Amino acid sequence: MPFSASLARLPLVLAAALVLAGPAAAQDAAAPLALPATGDEGPLRIEITGGQVEPMPIAIAPFFDEGGAAEMAARIQEVVTADLTGTDLFREIPASAHVARPSGFDDPVAYPDWRAVNAEALILGSVALRDGQVTARFRLFDVFSGQPLGDGMQFDAPEAGWRRVAHKLADQVYARITGEGPYFDSRVTFVSETGPKDARLKRIGIMDYDGANPLWVTDDSALVVSPRFSPDGSQLLYTSFGNGMPQVMLMDVATVQSRPLKQEAGTMSFAPRFSPDGRWIVYSREKGGNTDIWQMDVATGAERPLTETAAIETSPFFSPDGRQIVFESDQSGTQQIYVMPADGSAEPARISFGEGSYGTPAWSPTGDLIAFTKRNGDKFHIGVMRPDGTEEKLLTESFLDEGPSWAPNGRVVMFTRQTPGGDGTPRLHSVDVTGRNMRPLSIEGAASDPDWGPLLP
Amino acid sequence: MTGLRIAVAVLVLAGLGACTQAPPPAVVTDPYAGSRYTGTLPGGSLPGATAEDFRRTAGDTVLFPENDAALDGTARATLVRQAEWLKQNGSFSSVVEGHSDEQGTREYNLALGARRASAVQEYLISQGVEAGRIRTSSFGKERPIQVCSDPACQAQNRRAVTVVAPGAGV
Repeated sequence: MPFSASLARLPLVLAAALVLAGPAAAQDAAAPLALPATGDEGPLRIEITGGQVEPMPIAIAPFFDEGGAAEMAARIQEVVTADLTGTDLFREIPASAHVARPSGFDDPVAYPDWRAVNAEALILGSVALRDGQVTARFRLFDVFSGQPLGDGMQFDAPEAGWRRVAHKLADQVYARITGEGPYFDSRVTFVSETGPKDARLKRIGIMDYDGANPLWVTDDSALVVSPRFSPDGSQLLYTSFGNGMPQVMLMDVATVQSRPLKQEAGTMSFAPRFSPDGRWIVYSREKGGNTDIWQMDVATGAERPLTETAAIETSPFFSPDGRQIVFESDQSGTQQIYVMPADGSAEPARISFGEGSYGTPAWSPTGDLIAFTKRNGDKFHIGVMRPDGTEEKLLTESFLDEGPSWAPNGRVVMFTRQTPGGDGTPRLHSVDVTGRNMRPLSIEGAASDPDWGPLLP
Repeated sequence: MTGLRIAVAVLVLAGLGACTQAPPPAVVTDPYAGSRYTGTLPGGSLPGATAEDFRRTAGDTVLFPENDAALDGTARATLVRQAEWLKQNGSFSSVVEGHSDEQGTREYNLALGARRASAVQEYLISQGVEAGRIRTSSFGKERPIQVCSDPACQAQNRRAVTVVAPGAGV
C-alpha cells in the first residue's frame, strides 16, 4: 500500500512533558482583584456549560526564542492562540496592546501591567530548536490574583511534531482554566469526498483535530463510509463497498492493512463500533432485508445478536463504562433512540420522545450526555440529551446535519453538514455543548463522517 | 426466405404473361406462428436478451414512498415484467440494489435500502423467479440518480434497481 510511508513519518510520540522548577516569583503584592464573570474568590475558571458568553481576555506574550527557533516560536504561538480562541472561551489581547515587555521566560511577572490591559490570564512561552528537536516551555498566570496557575511545563518533540507541542501546551492552558479535560492534541478520522454527487469517490483520511496534516489511509477505488477509531487509536473500523455490498473492515493504522470482519454470505454489515475496552465490536447486520445489532468478540470472532426484531436497529454506541449500548430503532414506526445493557440481558428502553425522528446516538466520553441527529419536518439538527432522555437541547439546524462525534473531553462534537442541490457538498463542522460556538473545519474539499479519536499520549 | 421470394416473383410473371385475369393473391404463411415458448428457460436465454433489453422491455427501477419499502401498483406491474423477463432468460442472474434519498442518516439509509431491495426480491420470487438468481445489496444514499434536492428528485432516488447480467454472478 502506498500510504505506509507517510504514516511512518508521523511523529506519534512526544518526549515526556517535564514539570518546570518553581514558578516565577510574584512581583506584585497587591491584594487580588475580584474576577469578573465567574465572580467568587475562587481560582480563575471558565464554566463551559455556564451562562458566560463573553470570552475571557488572555495575553500571550511573544514566545521567546531560546535558540534557533525564531520562526518556530511564532508558529507554535500561532497554533496555541488558534486552539484557545477557537473555543470561543478566550479572546486574545493583541501584542500591540501589551504594556509589559518581559525580556525573558524566567522574568518576574509585571502583574499591574497585565491588569492594565484587562488580561485575566497570561501565558509566557519559550521555544528552542536544536538538532531537529523542538523544546517548548510555558507558564500560566492568573493575572488578577497575581499567582501562577499550576506549574510551568516543558514539551520535547521531533521538529515535525511541532504542532503537537503547540496543542499540548494549549491543552494545559485550556484544562487548567476550564477544569475540563484537554482535547486539542487529538486526531479525527473522516471521509474525503471528490467527484459529482451521483458518482462520488470517497477515501478515508486522518487529520489533526483542527484539519491540519491530513493523510490518506485508503485510496478511492472502493466506496468507503464511516471510519471509527479503536479506543487507543491504533485501528480503524470502516464500511467498504469493495465487494458490491457493505462490509465492515478492520484496519491496522500503522501498516494501513485492512481485513474484512467475518461475514455470512448474502448479508450486509455496517455501523461498527468498538467497546471502550476494545474487546468487543458491535455492528449492524442485515439479512433478508432486516437489520439487527450484533456483537463480536474481537479475539475469537464469536458473534451473537443483541437485537432480534423485524425493525431496523443500527448505529450502536457503547457508554464510556462499557455497560450499556445506545442505538436507534424504527420499531415504533420512526427512528428513535434506545438504551440497553451491553450484554443484551434486558429489554431496550426508549429515551427519545420529542417531535420528529432521532438517530446516530453518540455517548459522550464523560458519560453525561448523548449526542444525536434529529430530523423534524424538513430540518436536521445535532442535539444532546441526558442518557435518560431528559434535557434535550438542539445545538444546530440546517438542511442536513448528521453524525455527531465527541471530542475526547466530551465538550465539543464534530459532525457533517451537507448543503442542498446538485452541487450540494458535505463539510465538517464542530459545535460546543452550549451550541454557541459552531464553526466549519478549515480543510480543503468535501468531507463527511468524522470520528474523533482519543487524546494522544 | 430468398427462395420463397423468388418463387412468388416467378408466379406473378407467369400470371402476367398468360392472360389479363388477376391471379389469386400469393399468401405466405409462417408455419411456426404461435409456437412461441413462454415458459422458463433454465440455463438459456432468448436471442437479443441483454441488460439493455431488460431495462427497455421490463423496466429496471421501482420507486418507493418516503421512509418506506412498500410496493405500489406501478412497482408491482414493473416487477411482474421483470419476473417474466428473468423467467424467459434463465441464464441471467440479478442483483437488486436498494437506494434511499439523501434526507436521512447514512447508516439508517443503508438499512432502508436493504429493506427495499429485499421487498423487490421477495416479490420476484413470488412471481416464480428462483431465489438463487436474485441477490440484494444496498447503497443507502451513496448513489443518487438525481442530484437535485427538491421533492421530485428525492422521489426518483427512493428506488430499487434490478441489474441483470448473463451467468451466475452479477
